[in-house]
Amino acid sequence: MEATSVRLILLLPLLGAAINGMMGLFAPAYRKQETIIGAIGTLAVAVPFVLTVLLFLGHDHGAHIVSTYTWMAAGDLSISFDYRVDALSLIMTLIVTGIGALIHLYSMGYMHGDGGYWRFFAYLNLFIFAMLNLVLAENLLVLFLGWEGVGLCSYLLIGYWYTDLKNSAAANKAFIVNRIGDFAFLLAMFLLYQAMTTAGVAPFGLDFTTIFENADVLASGTVALIVLLLFIGATGKSAQIPLFVWLPDAMAGPTPVSALIHAATMVTSGLYLLARLSPVVLEAPGVMMLIAFVGAITAIMAATIAITQNDIKKVLAYSTVSQLGYMFVAAGVGAFFVAIFHVLTHAFFKACLFLGSGSVIHAMHHVEHDLEHKGVLPSSDLPYDGHFDAQDMRTMGGLKNHMPITRWTFLISTLAIAGIPFLAGFFSKDEILFKAFELGYNGATWAFVVWGIGIVTAILTAIYMMRCYMLTFEGRERWPGAMDTKPHESPWTMTVPLVVLAIGAALTGYIGLPPLIAEVLGTESWIHHYLGAEYGGPVAEFKAEHHVPHLTEGILLGVGALIAVVGVWLAWANYRKSGLETDNTIRRRLGAVYTLFANKYFVDEAYDATVVKPITEGSRKGLAPFDQNVVDGTVNGLAKSVSGLSGWWRGMQTGIVQNYALALVLGVVVVVALMIFV
Amino acid sequence: MEITLNWYLSLSAVLFVIGVLGVLLRRNAIIIFLSIELMLNAVNLTLVAFSQAFADVDGLVLVFFVMSVAAAEAAVGLAIVIALFRNKTTVNVNEINLFRG
Repeated sequence: MEATSVRLILLLPLLGAAINGMMGLFAPAYRKQETIIGAIGTLAVAVPFVLTVLLFLGHDHGAHIVSTYTWMAAGDLSISFDYRVDALSLIMTLIVTGIGALIHLYSMGYMHGDGGYWRFFAYLNLFIFAMLNLVLAENLLVLFLGWEGVGLCSYLLIGYWYTDLKNSAAANKAFIVNRIGDFAFLLAMFLLYQAMTTAGVAPFGLDFTTIFENADVLASGTVALIVLLLFIGATGKSAQIPLFVWLPDAMAGPTPVSALIHAATMVTSGLYLLARLSPVVLEAPGVMMLIAFVGAITAIMAATIAITQNDIKKVLAYSTVSQLGYMFVAAGVGAFFVAIFHVLTHAFFKACLFLGSGSVIHAMHHVEHDLEHKGVLPSSDLPYDGHFDAQDMRTMGGLKNHMPITRWTFLISTLAIAGIPFLAGFFSKDEILFKAFELGYNGATWAFVVWGIGIVTAILTAIYMMRCYMLTFEGRERWPGAMDTKPHESPWTMTVPLVVLAIGAALTGYIGLPPLIAEVLGTESWIHHYLGAEYGGPVAEFKAEHHVPHLTEGILLGVGALIAVVGVWLAWANYRKSGLETDNTIRRRLGAVYTLFANKYFVDEAYDATVVKPITEGSRKGLAPFDQNVVDGTVNGLAKSVSGLSGWWRGMQTGIVQNYALALVLGVVVVVALMIFV
Repeated sequence: MEITLNWYLSLSAVLFVIGVLGVLLRRNAIIIFLSIELMLNAVNLTLVAFSQAFADVDGLVLVFFVMSVAAAEAAVGLAIVIALFRNKTTVNVNEINLFRG
């Protein structure tokens, strides 16, 4: 039963991708059947979701291995397509299939009328298949297969509108930056295999069961190096410093893709990897400190950039980078289950925010269309150069009256991510900050620094998210010709997922109640009990020796709530009063610092100057001449000498039979002479 | 003076060399053809001579084989020469160099 379910969960999305892909490719008439394509695509994820829920309800809290077949076997190495069903993989599978199904449904409305409808759903299903391979894998290599698979699908979907060179460039950037991380991941696997087999662990198929059982045979230096390499791999996939630059550009893809891949699922796979290997990661405290700091710095850096962005999707993209930074802080301070908890809550509210922004963009596209029809566009009184931009918040505003469902769901998710008490983000973010504080309380002073950065980031988060909401939904309608051209609410396929996700954004926090509140209510943190190793779950954690006193805990909780409320209030009050003018006030107050934020700390420019330029220039000046002269010269010279030699040889082929006969006779003479005289 | 085996073999060798030179040096396809016949018959002569010298009929049997093959070869060869002449209006082998590289 379990084995069948797992196989179906894995194979149905692949089947969906195959049907839509093949039919679309070979039967052009099929491409117009949007309802069928969308239904197949959505069911291929919805059915696995139902199966996962059944599996989850019948789960006995243990780890079950579902074997399929041996992939490769050579000597002591034997890799099988084995899948692991345990608390962690079930939570991740629920997120991937559940949110995935909703976003598929949403895409049916959002992608309506797009020429590549079939292609879109085929890619999306393929992504789900790869992501499920990633989270269900029992060994690192199958996980890596999924890891590369999601990278490929991300590339395909970012460059979905490939006729625009900008989108293709963004897709390339995402793929190449990810490959840098993947290289480190590969090295980690090689090192792990080499170290394990040298220590006498055989047979060893990179499977988690063997890794956990034999983790103690490795020298601590080796463990640290392996964890470091895995972390570098994670920074690529999960967009952390120094490899975060691809994620904001990845917004070139369709908005459902941003919601599914670049917010809810794929980008959290780095966290999943660390949580999955948490017993090993805990053996490398030095690297964990690095992880926490990288996470914290990424969080605050992305948050400061987000304040200055005008593209609604860019704000959400930097917000995602920032929230992923929080998750890495949680992993770095040894609270892996909290990281997964934040993955879960973040999946809800960020998917909801992205889909909400998609709904807004959808509506603004219609506005743009209407305006063009009426002859208002192209207009010169836009606050920016060029064409009307359906994603720019400076030409939105006042949408709350026209799009009530989008507005309310967006507001709930905004408040949730800001950390307003009793919504999902409050519980998970507060738990991360508390865990950082707890580690500091237990003697690691650096954790207080991380905690401090986290607090500052929290208030920034509240401000920039509320700014985003205010500019989009409140205030004056700022697009040209706003008097008689109004946007409309999106169809039900788009609003239903929004409502479901908003409910999740409001309520999922209650599965991870803070210890203090749980104690008062006489209950416990469900997710901690479900995932935690001390209760038989798969996720290990740092064990605090000294517990933070209840009073301090209560104060921290209060501070967390207070900064969220203050941040939201600040943004609400200012942007309600002066709207867009507030941005200018901030710019004046911050001066040069604002320029730094608005230009994304010049990271892209720095990479361009230090990495991209030297490589392209070096190639042009050094490698191109080398290729043209030395490589091509060798090849061409070889061909020339062969052709010269054969021209000379060819002279012997006169075509006159008598010459050949003469050669024959001479040959006979030679042979006879040899027979006689030798 | 007794005519020994060496006489026959010497004559045969001379005939054979004449045949080889004819094949190599002459340009007329028919002459080349005749020279080949000369070489075959030179060989026949050695066969008969050895057969005589060793009192063995195997050589004679082989001569009949050679003669029948030569007859067949003559038929085919002449047919080729005629076909060649029809196509090229010449039997000068210097002008026929289709194999030229």
